[in-house]
Amino acid sequence: MRFYVLVLLLLSSVPSISQNCNYTLSGTVVDLHDGSVLVGALLIVAGTEQAVVTDVDGKFVIPGLCENTYSIQVSHPYCTTRGFSVKVSGNMTRNFQLEHHLEELNEVTLQGKAFQNKTKTSFENEISKDELERFSNGSLGDALNSLSGVSSLNTGNTVVKPLINGLHSSRVVIMNDGVRMEDQEWGAEHAPNMDINTAGNITLIKGAGALQFGGDAVGGVIIAEAPKVSVKDSLYGKTSLTGASNGRGGSLTSRLTKSFQSGWYGTVQGTVKRFGDFEAPDYMLSNTGIFERNASLRIGLNRFAYAIEAYYSLFKNEIGILRASHLGGAQDQLRAINSDRPLIITDFTYDIAEPRQDVTHHLAMLKAFKRFDGLGKVSLQYDFQRNHRLEFDIRRGDDRDKASLDLQLDTHTLMLDLHSSFSDAMEFKTGLSARYQNNFANPDTGVRRLIPDYDKYDLGIYGIVDYRLNENWLLEAGGRFDYTYMDVFKFYRTSFWESRNYDELFPEIVIEETGNQILTNPQLNFYNASATAGATYSFKDDYKLFLNYSLATRAPNPSELFSEGLHHSASRIELGDLRFNSETAHKFSSTLQRENENFGFSLNPYINLINDFIVIEPTEIQQTVRGNFQVWEYRQTNARLLGVDVDASYAFTENFRFDHQFSLVKGYDRSQKEALIDIPPVSTKNGLVYQNRDFNNVWLQLQSEYVFRQNEFPDNNFEVFIPETDTFETVDVSTPPDAYHLLNFNSSIDFSINQKSTLTVGFEVTNILNTSYRNYLNRLRYYADDLGRNFLLHLRINY
Amino acid sequence: MRNLKFLSLVLFTGLLYTACSNDDDNTPDPVNEEEVITTLTATLTPDGGGTTITLQTRDLDGDGPNAPEVTVSGNLATGVTYNGSIVLLNETETPAENITEEVMEEAEEHQFFYTTGGGLEVTTVYVDMDSDGNPLGTEFTLTAGNPSSGTLTFTLRHEPTKPNTGLSDAGGETDIAATFNVTVE
Repeated sequence: MRFYVLVLLLLSSVPSISQNCNYTLSGTVVDLHDGSVLVGALLIVAGTEQAVVTDVDGKFVIPGLCENTYSIQVSHPYCTTRGFSVKVSGNMTRNFQLEHHLEELNEVTLQGKAFQNKTKTSFENEISKDELERFSNGSLGDALNSLSGVSSLNTGNTVVKPLINGLHSSRVVIMNDGVRMEDQEWGAEHAPNMDINTAGNITLIKGAGALQFGGDAVGGVIIAEAPKVSVKDSLYGKTSLTGASNGRGGSLTSRLTKSFQSGWYGTVQGTVKRFGDFEAPDYMLSNTGIFERNASLRIGLNRFAYAIEAYYSLFKNEIGILRASHLGGAQDQLRAINSDRPLIITDFTYDIAEPRQDVTHHLAMLKAFKRFDGLGKVSLQYDFQRNHRLEFDIRRGDDRDKASLDLQLDTHTLMLDLHSSFSDAMEFKTGLSARYQNNFANPDTGVRRLIPDYDKYDLGIYGIVDYRLNENWLLEAGGRFDYTYMDVFKFYRTSFWESRNYDELFPEIVIEETGNQILTNPQLNFYNASATAGATYSFKDDYKLFLNYSLATRAPNPSELFSEGLHHSASRIELGDLRFNSETAHKFSSTLQRENENFGFSLNPYINLINDFIVIEPTEIQQTVRGNFQVWEYRQTNARLLGVDVDASYAFTENFRFDHQFSLVKGYDRSQKEALIDIPPVSTKNGLVYQNRDFNNVWLQLQSEYVFRQNEFPDNNFEVFIPETDTFETVDVSTPPDAYHLLNFNSSIDFSINQKSTLTVGFEVTNILNTSYRNYLNRLRYYADDLGRNFLLHLRINY
Repeated sequence: MRNLKFLSLVLFTGLLYTACSNDDDNTPDPVNEEEVITTLTATLTPDGGGTTITLQTRDLDGDGPNAPEVTVSGNLATGVTYNGSIVLLNETETPAENITEEVMEEAEEHQFFYTTGGGLEVTTVYVDMDSDGNPLGTEFTLTAGNPSSGTLTFTLRHEPTKPNTGLSDAGGETDIAATFNVTVE
């Protein structure tokens, strides 16, 4: 209320003074620490909302001021926003100082500043706008793959799931513009349902350090944020067109933003992506096409004291799954694995046939914040998501065109957050969140539900405080509590129910018995606590040491609890366990970073100790009339992940740079005393970059990527009887593929069309040597090689 | 005014929240697997009369943990030719669905294979063909050779390469693989 009065007073005071209003305030915005000028700092005059931006010399001019005292808000993407009071009497010069925070806190400022600080003491990796634009025809997973410590769990080359320090799926939280993605991420072959072209930048936090987004990010948090819209009258946009030889397709994406001095803005954006069958060096990868269509609309009002925004996005994706990966039983699996080439290769086509996925994701969001004097910034957000996933298998007879999996997941989330500064040295963040989720499995598929119908309720509360002790030390601590309640209706096979002894353990949840199935109503409660504590030590100007401990607790996902049946794409029977409790991770990580133009690096060792870690592993061979299948059961164990990520960049000359990345992670099952499955092998990327900003910003990159063979893996091989040869033969599902080396080239050059428009032309070749290789973390590695050489041409116009 | 807007926004989202969380008490309907094959029965009727031999594998819980019950009603007689026919059933449905009919309707996309192992001396010949004149194999003749014992396996492949010379170059996906221990005496 006090604020309104203030604003009203300010508003009324301006026109009431009828004096000379032609005074000019000019000056420079500089960094408090070293006096360097700040380019692109935004100055807003309270009351009139007049806004100017500093030029390349950090200078600004605010015309049309009266003789009065003004409140001027000065902000910069890399600095803490500050307010200044200026008494204007005539033309004046005044310099403003801001505290440059980027290097200390590695924070990124965003539109509406909804997520100004993610964490203070966890090292964060970021993919900038420029880098993101190079992935406009790829997926989120492809872009994240460019960061050290991130690899991906693939199903072919179009289903790309990010894997952070060896962890994936439900252990990786994806925040899409402030909305926690709820897109059935439990599935190993379910890619994130977001268009990479909606993001302005992407930040990766390895581990659960960012408690405001959830306490269950055992692997990490990926934060995609919309591009910042400045407060001025403007109309701008960009259009990107990419064509690729491999897959014989391309993508078109376009974004248009209109902004007003008043703070109002609107953005429309859309993407179409279409590829046919991709090719390995020696053969066609039949039925691997993709057809993706996305659109989004954003409208908002952005003022310093308050802001409101509405956003809607639609994501629709059809993905073909390699035809040769659809198998009957263990005998087929043996044939497929023993064959050098996929068992089914057909001519190139854009058609996407079975097996395929068809996913639609709606996201609607409404958010607002308001700053209260003496309290801080209060934000409120409501979002709704509807994820509809259809999976089509190869079927027989009347079921031929029916989906085998038809799941609809609706999620409503309400979040209330408060961000306040007690003093210059201390900041506090707290918030509440409530989430309701409903999963509906359509019974018309004629296939027993993979995931049962359920209602899920989550309540969360968190608090994070950080304190700047002195120039060198920054401390941070936080805690979070989550309560989850699941109300489930699940049909069990009577034979499974009894073989698991559930009839004795859970007789009270049985509702009815129908033939050979039992309807049950499990009601599950999970109480999860999570916490983080850390410190950042800055020294010798450009060195920083991050130390962080995080405790993450994750409730088991529906797949881990309720799976019970044949999984065609993996040719195995998967069984969940109703008795699971939450898994708890203790992660200790440290990063030594040097930010220096000539030689910069980061060195990030970590250890993640996870109790009750849920893994799926083979237990036995089951006979059915269809033949034999390997049974994979989820179980809980104690795991240890130990690793190190290294980044380094060395500049030979002003234009010539060498970049290096190295990632190593070792996963160990402490209970079974063996290696964990699906742990990324050691990999290293080395690149030479030439960039000349004075000559059309020409950029050339030659990159080598070497992936070692994974030598630590559990032996899950099994034997199967082959009638033709009358022998038992080993099905090798364990042995990782050999090491491989890929060479990639990428380039871009800018041409200015007119004062406001730039055309960027990019040319890229991936897998230059057309190397045949298989990736241990590609679920289709048993059946086919990975992608062969690919020529890409990018055209991008910024206007 | 602005406060009012803000409040109404909060109320609205709150309403939406509760409105969408209404529970319906209807329990979901069970899903019976439509494509599961629970039972394969091969009936061998001696040409010219005699005891009919039945080979059956039956797995009423489909992919569930129980193993199939495999029964062989008796031994084959040396030198006798049998008229064989195969029936596939889905017994999780009531009445049981005859899957053989579906297989016959899509004859071009299916083929049965008969494989002997472990020294069993029997020979088989396809009787029924698809519209292209390639074997389907729901009907066959089986001739028992010298006294011996071993395995007889029935394999049904979906979308095999047709024509083919046998399982090794047929490709396709295995819909059924049922192995019986058989004796010729």
